[in-house]
Amino acid sequence: MSVIVDAPKASPKAKPVWARFMRWETLLALLCVVMMVGNSLLSPYFLDFGNLSDATANFSEQAIIALAMALLIIARDIDLSVASVIAVCSLAMGLLAAQGFGTPVLMVAALALGLACGMFNGWLVTKFALPSIVVTIGTMSLFRGLADIVLGDKALTHYPPLLQAIGQNYVASWLPIPVSFAVFLILALVFAFVLHATPFGRRLYAMGNNPVAARFSGIPVNRIRFILFALTGLMSGLAAILLTGRIGSTRPNIATGWELSVITMAILGGVSISGGSGTIGGVVLAVLLLGFTQFGLSLVNVPEIVINILQGVMLIVAIGVPLLLQRLRGRR
Amino acid sequence: MAAHKDNAEILLSLDGVSKGFPGVRALEAVRLTLRAGEVTALIGENGAGKSTLVKILTGLYRPDAGRLTVAGSDVKLEGVRDAARHGIVAIHQETVMFDDLTVAENIFMGHMPKGRGGFVDWPQINQRAARLLAEVDADFSAHARVSTLSVAQKHLVEIARALSQEARIIIMDEPTAALSGHEITDLFKIIARLKAQGRAILFISHKFDEIFAIADSWACLRDGVHVGEGRMGAVTQADLVRLMVGRPVGQMFPQRRSPYGPLVLEAEGLSHPTEFADISFSLHRGEILGFYGLVGAGRSEVMQALFGLTPISAGSIRIDGKPVTIDSAGVAISVGLGFVPEDRQHEGAILALPIYQNVTLAKLQPHTKHGVLSRSSELAASRAITGGLDLRAAGQDQAAGQLSGGNQQKVVIAKWLATNPKILILDEPTKGIDIGAKAAVHEFIRTQAEEGMAVIMVSSEIPEIIGMADRVMVMRAGRIVAEFAAGTATPEKLVAVASQDIEVAA
Amino acid sequence: MKALGQNVPREAMLAAIIVVLLGLIGLRAPVFLSPGNLLGVLTDTSFLFMLALAQMAVILTRGIDLSVAANLALSGMIVTLADRAHPGLSLPVLFALAALSGLILGAFNGALIAFVEIPPIVVTLGTLSIYRGLIFVIAGGQWLTSNDMSRSFLAFPRDTLLGLPNLLVVALVVSVLFWLLLNHTSFGRNLYAIGGNPVAARYCGISLTRQIFAVYILSGVISGLCGLLWVSRYGIAYSGIAQGYELTVIAACVIGGVSIAGGIGSIVGALLGALFLGIIVNALPVMQVSPFWQVLVSGVIILLAVVLNARSEHRAGRLILKTPAREGTP
Repeated sequence: MSVIVDAPKASPKAKPVWARFMRWETLLALLCVVMMVGNSLLSPYFLDFGNLSDATANFSEQAIIALAMALLIIARDIDLSVASVIAVCSLAMGLLAAQGFGTPVLMVAALALGLACGMFNGWLVTKFALPSIVVTIGTMSLFRGLADIVLGDKALTHYPPLLQAIGQNYVASWLPIPVSFAVFLILALVFAFVLHATPFGRRLYAMGNNPVAARFSGIPVNRIRFILFALTGLMSGLAAILLTGRIGSTRPNIATGWELSVITMAILGGVSISGGSGTIGGVVLAVLLLGFTQFGLSLVNVPEIVINILQGVMLIVAIGVPLLLQRLRGRR
Repeated sequence: MAAHKDNAEILLSLDGVSKGFPGVRALEAVRLTLRAGEVTALIGENGAGKSTLVKILTGLYRPDAGRLTVAGSDVKLEGVRDAARHGIVAIHQETVMFDDLTVAENIFMGHMPKGRGGFVDWPQINQRAARLLAEVDADFSAHARVSTLSVAQKHLVEIARALSQEARIIIMDEPTAALSGHEITDLFKIIARLKAQGRAILFISHKFDEIFAIADSWACLRDGVHVGEGRMGAVTQADLVRLMVGRPVGQMFPQRRSPYGPLVLEAEGLSHPTEFADISFSLHRGEILGFYGLVGAGRSEVMQALFGLTPISAGSIRIDGKPVTIDSAGVAISVGLGFVPEDRQHEGAILALPIYQNVTLAKLQPHTKHGVLSRSSELAASRAITGGLDLRAAGQDQAAGQLSGGNQQKVVIAKWLATNPKILILDEPTKGIDIGAKAAVHEFIRTQAEEGMAVIMVSSEIPEIIGMADRVMVMRAGRIVAEFAAGTATPEKLVAVASQDIEVAA
Repeated sequence: MKALGQNVPREAMLAAIIVVLLGLIGLRAPVFLSPGNLLGVLTDTSFLFMLALAQMAVILTRGIDLSVAANLALSGMIVTLADRAHPGLSLPVLFALAALSGLILGAFNGALIAFVEIPPIVVTLGTLSIYRGLIFVIAGGQWLTSNDMSRSFLAFPRDTLLGLPNLLVVALVVSVLFWLLLNHTSFGRNLYAIGGNPVAARYCGISLTRQIFAVYILSGVISGLCGLLWVSRYGIAYSGIAQGYELTVIAACVIGGVSIAGGIGSIVGALLGALFLGIIVNALPVMQVSPFWQVLVSGVIILLAVVLNARSEHRAGRLILKTPAREGTP
């Protein structure tokens, strides 16, 4: 290729990586503050620890998947099948529960099945060198279809109490936060460590920025992509456990549309859709921003679908405004 | 300004043209004159401002100051199409094409003739395309898909494209970079024809033999400033190089100072189903083994296979006498190989990552403690290695993409030095970098070899191969066709074996 | 013309598969092959035909439009509300309104993608939520049914022209227009150029900004028109109509050989891809397969299609060797 030495060096990627991340997260943190203040003004019930803590249960399952999705997107892939994986896993739990199996078996089954679905995605993407967006549109239908066939228009509603307790209870009476949110926080720490402090994480950034150069540098690109898809499947299985426990049922439409919410969390968190940049800290902030916005507005009886408008606007504004400012500044 | 004796019509002239970008002064008061029926060579190191000048001439950039006169009247170019309306068309370095479209569509993309109702006039397009292809002696159909063409054929499409726009001023940006000897001859025939038709040609090349063969006059840029112009007959290559570099080029290549050591690598019968066959060679510690051949002879393919990036169908590799199976780059690194690829922006550097992360990328383990990366350890290692290579950068946190081509190459080289390889493969290590950085890379290669590293250097530049390599293997059509011991290779011999007619060999 | 000609093998293969598929279905349920039923299948697939063509135009430029179904639903609601408020509005006026609504929604996407340069998947993911939410807002959360629609409005898709349902006629006209647009205008050829090689396209003097802006407007207009047809055909408008349909549309493109990487795709391919899905959806009940199989079957087909397409698209090496290697066995 030609080496364009005289081209203007104003591309966003040319700036020190850290500087960009810090700015993005500062912006998100500010938005969080605005959101908290705004919601408190709207409803007196918003700024209450108990209420806020309870509200986290509504988004923690999605947030758990968003962590894995962030890694996947940083490495230049995407997984649209996550919600369908939840459906399959939840279905498997329902069938096993109907056979009288206990909670540990159900959990292992959900995790194993989620992992298997993720590995199937990873196998298709790496073995046949296919674009992941297309593959996972396919497996999204495939997995959801499996659940549809077995479930028909029925619903499975008999689950052991322990599973429901995991989905609905607090960690402990002295720590009144939902189990799912605690799981999310712990996983966020683990993911942040892996992404930001280990060779594995560094390789993800390298792959996301330039997969060819990464392979030429001895990074086993396809193996890592496979691992990431498997991991995303596993997290979807975990989300299925928490969700099934929380709502106590498996219906054909379980978790529909979640793939888009999860991706929104990751992108709003500053993960670049074209790969190569993003932080777990940003994703956590985006999760809180989206989740508590939703909670605050639902307190004042705004319907969920209308709240979605705000989320769409937030996504576009959050990505668009920095781009717009940059273009205005760099205009030749 | 420079008064010429001849009175050929001046088709285009630039005067006092300047262009700056935030923090960069790309061109400063540059002037240029192109005459009808003449080839003008534009010379200058990479980064001298040639690409910016081309972009101004084709309307992609607007100059900050200065005058552009085309056929006697002042013009302001509003874009590529506007430039084409004024008869200025560029043929780019890497042929820019639409692989999945037909030749005819490629020729007329952006200016398709329209018929009734504003619809594209396909019969006219196909007819005119066929006529234009005949004009450039093309041996392929206008309906052929471009992905099926060779590089040389794609060049013909580009030229036909320029002719389709009735270009009077044709800019050729390194048109011969990917062409073989007789393809270049063919191209020169066509250029001669274009000259005879009264067109002006701006010919940009790094290869002086070509410039002297085809150009009538020259203009030279250095650091964005016009440093000279004149007739080809009045200068020598040494004059031009001096003008380009701004200092005399002394000893071009560093010389071997010590004998080389024991055998380190033996490749035996390496084959690939479609790309290369029966590749056997050996390499000693401290030796620089050159691989010469025309572009597309299969050299890069062999090196990528050696490095585990493409599988081989037959053959064996031994390192220090022990057989090894290299099926991934990771294995290659662990047995002591390093690979500086040809395309440094796509295969070498991770442009968005900072320098030190590029340098440590291929071997991160030494910088981890209990699985955690240590930034200070990475920085220390990177500083030591890049310092030794005389890397010019604002700091270790600077993104690799912000560096010049030569410095990016140093970062890629540093990445491999950091793995402490026994054998370093360099594929076209000085392609597209300026003369200063080139000399630094040559010096580095020689020094490493003196210290015992075994080096494989793939190069298409004859002076580089002859000047640097201790032994030269020549490849043609996927096979090794000759080996030259130290001191026996001459430019004539290399060219002869590399370009011999393939049918004879088969 | 010639540009179309190159793609024949892939399309011919897909056509052959469709014929075989029809044969197999015919063996088990001969009634499926009756002209009346086949016409019904085509009519049922009309939305998919039109939306797949529009989506293909977008994908050609390396983009994607996930907001098509939401745009369809919102435009459908706007038209229905207008029809309810003014039952006297003539059909052309309603069509114009639907197209205008789709155009504005598409232009919003296009502006953000072309001028602000936000990645298409991000923009249309966002507007997907926004447009769906707006349906709820403008309708105050209510469901509008055929009782809220005028008679002529409801009758349009079912009325026939030369024996063909109007819905199918519209789809045919749209297909012909797309064929003209993509193969016989420079706008259409430029879309291929932009997706095939954006840098080269710029060097050819093609304005990427304007083209990309226009292609999302095009996609929006088609969605808007489909919105009118959808609510009038099914006699219902609410925030959930055609939910998730954007993925079916993309699936049709993928099956039809449209490369998600841009620059490759043909009218015939996209239409056949849509037809294939349409046949599957309609054949399952006839073959007494539970309709719950439908989603699974389309998933399997998408995966098979991408695997097969990837095989045929796979680029060979340089093929340097003129004579094969002697010891060819590994």
